[in-house]
Amino acid sequence: MRIPYYPGCTLNTKAKGFDRAARQSFAALGIELAELASWNCCGATFPLSRDNLLDLAGPVRNLVSAAAEGDKLAVACSTCFNVLKRSNLVMRNEEDKREKINFFIEADYAGQVEVVHLLEVLRDEVGWDTLAKAVKKDLSALAVAPYYGCMFLRPPREMGFDNHENPQILENFIRALGAQVADYPHRAECCGNYIAAFDLDTTQEMSYLILASARKASADLIVTSCPLCQFNLDRWQQDLAMKHGGFRPIPVLYDSQLLAIALGLDVTPFDLDRHYVDPRPVLAEKGLI
Amino acid sequence: MRIRLSAAKVHNDFIRKVEEMSGQDLLKCYQCGECSAGCPAAFAMDLLPNQVIRLLQLGEYDTVLQSKTIWLCAACQQCYTRCPKGVDLSRIMEVLRDLLMLEQGDKIVIEKLPAETLAEFPQQAFISGFRKYTA
Repeated sequence: MRIPYYPGCTLNTKAKGFDRAARQSFAALGIELAELASWNCCGATFPLSRDNLLDLAGPVRNLVSAAAEGDKLAVACSTCFNVLKRSNLVMRNEEDKREKINFFIEADYAGQVEVVHLLEVLRDEVGWDTLAKAVKKDLSALAVAPYYGCMFLRPPREMGFDNHENPQILENFIRALGAQVADYPHRAECCGNYIAAFDLDTTQEMSYLILASARKASADLIVTSCPLCQFNLDRWQQDLAMKHGGFRPIPVLYDSQLLAIALGLDVTPFDLDRHYVDPRPVLAEKGLI
Repeated sequence: MRIRLSAAKVHNDFIRKVEEMSGQDLLKCYQCGECSAGCPAAFAMDLLPNQVIRLLQLGEYDTVLQSKTIWLCAACQQCYTRCPKGVDLSRIMEVLRDLLMLEQGDKIVIEKLPAETLAEFPQQAFISGFRKYTA
């Protein structure tokens, strides 16, 4: 099976391990993630001002590329997923904006592509049972905290593929891999997002609440599918440990990295050594690498 | 806080513009406070999210534009998701930032960011940061 695939800017640069782990894991499951022949950055944030059509031109251009290659577009990064899916709904449902954007980018696109997240592909195309059978490593001693962040689920009227207050897709993914789910209340709280570029102290505290909550639930590590969440949660843990006595750093992995580990792939290409909080000690302790 | 109300202040062009650009009806809000209860950045804000709406309803937009709050909204959509009246506050915050920056200039300047920030942050942080903090 072949699905058109959109990596996005960060997976092409700082988060190459996320991208490689996704492609290789899906290949091992019999799915080729076929990178779009032509793509550009999605803009990394959905424009919220009603008259800002220019910021929709970028994401829609990617959707036009996708329409030439298939009826679905698979996305790994949950922010790209949010921006592309919401932009697609604008093209599908808002006629006046559709006309203007099509005119501007010289296209004829009406929102016909279905934008799906890689976890949805696992759930709907592979199936949790089939995935569970493909797992080669024993993850049963590993407690994993699912982290959704904001972009994956909200706004629910538009994202709408899981319950936004009690999502289960990451939990089901973790269980299918044979690991334990660490249940904690902050899994869909915002990490601070782009505020990091403006007010680092606030971002650090927002991330700290999530990290401390996951630690309290006895998680060994956190998984996410957003490179900015990964960075915000991972980067400042040493500072946070100094600031908040007793806080023990916790590694933050991408969902695809955990998938690749569970499928028994050689982890060398997945940049586990490039995380700020090294995930390798806990993975080695559990006999996973 | 003591506020003197007047019809001219409540019915002003700036606030109509905010409503139009954000597509939101400010008078829908009945101040239940759900937005402020759920906001993950509220601890760092000088005005709570529900206070932003209340002040706009009363025409006190200067207070809102001078606040730190509009710059600390991460557009995570928690408030919108939980609002019983369906007010999308993150759209209002965005319009306020945009209108202010059109007058006063960008909030962050790439040349002034520390070298280690430029070297370390993921691309996504810059792109979304510049979308939100420059006009």
